[in-house]
Amino acid sequence: MSKERIKISEALYDIMPTDYQDLVKSATYGKEDRGWKDIGTAKELIEQHSLCAGCPESMAFRYIMASLPNPEDTVMVGSTGCTSLVFPMVAVHNIHSLFGNQNAIASGLKRALSVRFPGRIKDVVVLAGDGATVDIGLDMTLQSWFRQEKFTTICFDNELYANTGGQESGLMQKGFVAKMAPVGKQFEKVRLPEIARESGCHYVVQCTVSKPSLVEKVVKNAVYVAREIGPTYLQLYTPCILEIGKNSMEGLQEMRDSEKPTERFAYKEFVSEPAKQLLAEIAAKEKERKAAAKQLTGQAQA
Amino acid sequence: MAETKSLIGTQNKKGQTYTDPWYMLNEAPRTPSFFTGSEVIKEAIRRASCDIMIAYPITPQSEAAALIGELFAEGYVGDYFRGESEFAVMSQCAGASFGGARVFTTTAGPGTMRAMENFPMWAGARLPIQMIVTCRGINSPLSIQPDTLEISYLLNTGMMVWHAETAQDFFDWILKGFIVAEEPDVHLPLALCCDGFFVTHTKDVVQLTPADMCLPPYDPYRSPVPCMDMECPPVRMMRDPFVMKSNYISYATHASWQQEVWAAVERSRKHAIHWLNGLIDAENTDADIMIVASGTAVSQGREAIRMLEDEGVRCGLVKIKTLRPWPTDEIREATKHAKHIFVPEFNVTGWLAKEIRATIPDHHRVYAGPHVCGGMTMPPEIIVSEIKTALGMKTFSLAGRGS
Repeated sequence: MSKERIKISEALYDIMPTDYQDLVKSATYGKEDRGWKDIGTAKELIEQHSLCAGCPESMAFRYIMASLPNPEDTVMVGSTGCTSLVFPMVAVHNIHSLFGNQNAIASGLKRALSVRFPGRIKDVVVLAGDGATVDIGLDMTLQSWFRQEKFTTICFDNELYANTGGQESGLMQKGFVAKMAPVGKQFEKVRLPEIARESGCHYVVQCTVSKPSLVEKVVKNAVYVAREIGPTYLQLYTPCILEIGKNSMEGLQEMRDSEKPTERFAYKEFVSEPAKQLLAEIAAKEKERKAAAKQLTGQAQA
Repeated sequence: MAETKSLIGTQNKKGQTYTDPWYMLNEAPRTPSFFTGSEVIKEAIRRASCDIMIAYPITPQSEAAALIGELFAEGYVGDYFRGESEFAVMSQCAGASFGGARVFTTTAGPGTMRAMENFPMWAGARLPIQMIVTCRGINSPLSIQPDTLEISYLLNTGMMVWHAETAQDFFDWILKGFIVAEEPDVHLPLALCCDGFFVTHTKDVVQLTPADMCLPPYDPYRSPVPCMDMECPPVRMMRDPFVMKSNYISYATHASWQQEVWAAVERSRKHAIHWLNGLIDAENTDADIMIVASGTAVSQGREAIRMLEDEGVRCGLVKIKTLRPWPTDEIREATKHAKHIFVPEFNVTGWLAKEIRATIPDHHRVYAGPHVCGGMTMPPEIIVSEIKTALGMKTFSLAGRGS
């Protein structure tokens, strides 16, 4: 799809919802250097959400939607949980089918798009919570990586089952007392980033979403590598402030505290050799493009 | 956007001509071939312009699933891979179908049960996937033998459910199944069932359509719901997501959509009648005694009728072809003269007899049986014996059954 596809018949313009009019007027489909800085000046691809006030997941959602390099040809796959409350408000095609089967859905979807649109870019991005990714869906998460399916998996790690009310999950810290972990969780937080690397992911990052510029960078890298090389995985800390006893305004600080070098969400990155090469090529091209743009601006001023 | 104009008369990359389905299936010359049911599945898919097939090994469908892999290697199928479990496979099929592909898969018994959560989702998402079910026993105890119990679990999923008797049915219905499932006013998944081993592993003469003709490709833009390929402008789909909301509009949305899924099953009726030449086949409906069956129980019933005729007992036959949509009017009409209705089945619960009892007036006429299960065969003699016993006629003794 290109932005030209999103048009409204003049006869119907005034009865279309305002947010759809805004999508047509000022969304960033097709904008080459779209990113988090568009937030506030362009129409976002996520409309108002129904998450809790101050939920870091809502920040993550906005940064990701602003950072997808090719939203006009991106299809997203979700799972059941808090994310499934947001997806209906997202202006790219997105699929919710069952709980935990998101990487299986994405495998079939990516292959169908490859068969139907040979030679065209069609990105697939999975976005699901930690219960869906690591517990009920772990088999399908890993198998899609073993098969080298070419799509990005993003896990919103809030270290518990938030939507059902704060039960223990595999990504929960050891010792944390929660519903279904009445005497504290008995085993360590599952090390999925390491497992992702060993399972064949070519680009793996664990971080928090405290810095939008970082989220933009890792989302773009993950999508580019998945498009050209193979599976990629992002594990983003999006604490459930409600379930860890924080107030609405404390989410950001919670993430900053947890990303310190000695903490469990210290930045972690694995990049395969082919992915390193690809990202270097992309960075070189980007540098060239910026230099050319600067030169053009200079000429215009001169 | 992908090409949506008619491709009939043009050729695919394998040199097959996209052919008008009615001509291909009803008028084009046929060639007799001696094939197993599994090979017949392969030959049907060769002609089906299938985009994606996803496979998983489970007896007795493994051979068919592997043969379609050969078709992929030859270039007749767009993509093919082995999934990690039936639950995953059915989700992968869903993903491919959401993405606008014509999707085919096969499963059996425990695989059907493992995948079950997917089937109402397929129907609810209006994905016209075709799934072959080569019925086998459900654990426990472990059995790999033919048994149709799993069909009963599929009846309330919102899928169309057809039950083939022979390999010939299978060949024709696979191709016809795609056509009916993809009708815009239907657009539902199809479970095309057969009795494992009896159909899949025995050889039969099957009349094949020309190998150089194939179905026109699936056009996902005739779907009543958006194809998830970002070729159409996206919209913010709802003001509030209705999942998990406790308000009237969320209940009403869910309720009306479920009703629409079942209305779509209902709307498939006219298409199935057109393509399958009726939802049932009926013979000698003026007889006092009728056998009503589906699948290979029909074949055994037919043989029992021949044996009864030799003894001067006249008996009619109803072959049920579609279980969803359920042929209510047809069964009522075909059994209206019958005083005794026998329903032979390859399962322990007798689900077909229950369906029939719920459909016809004077349901005391229905004898639920004979039943065999766990892989036992159903010799026509036991149908004859069941009928004669019920009618108070003298019958021979069957080993182990007493009389």
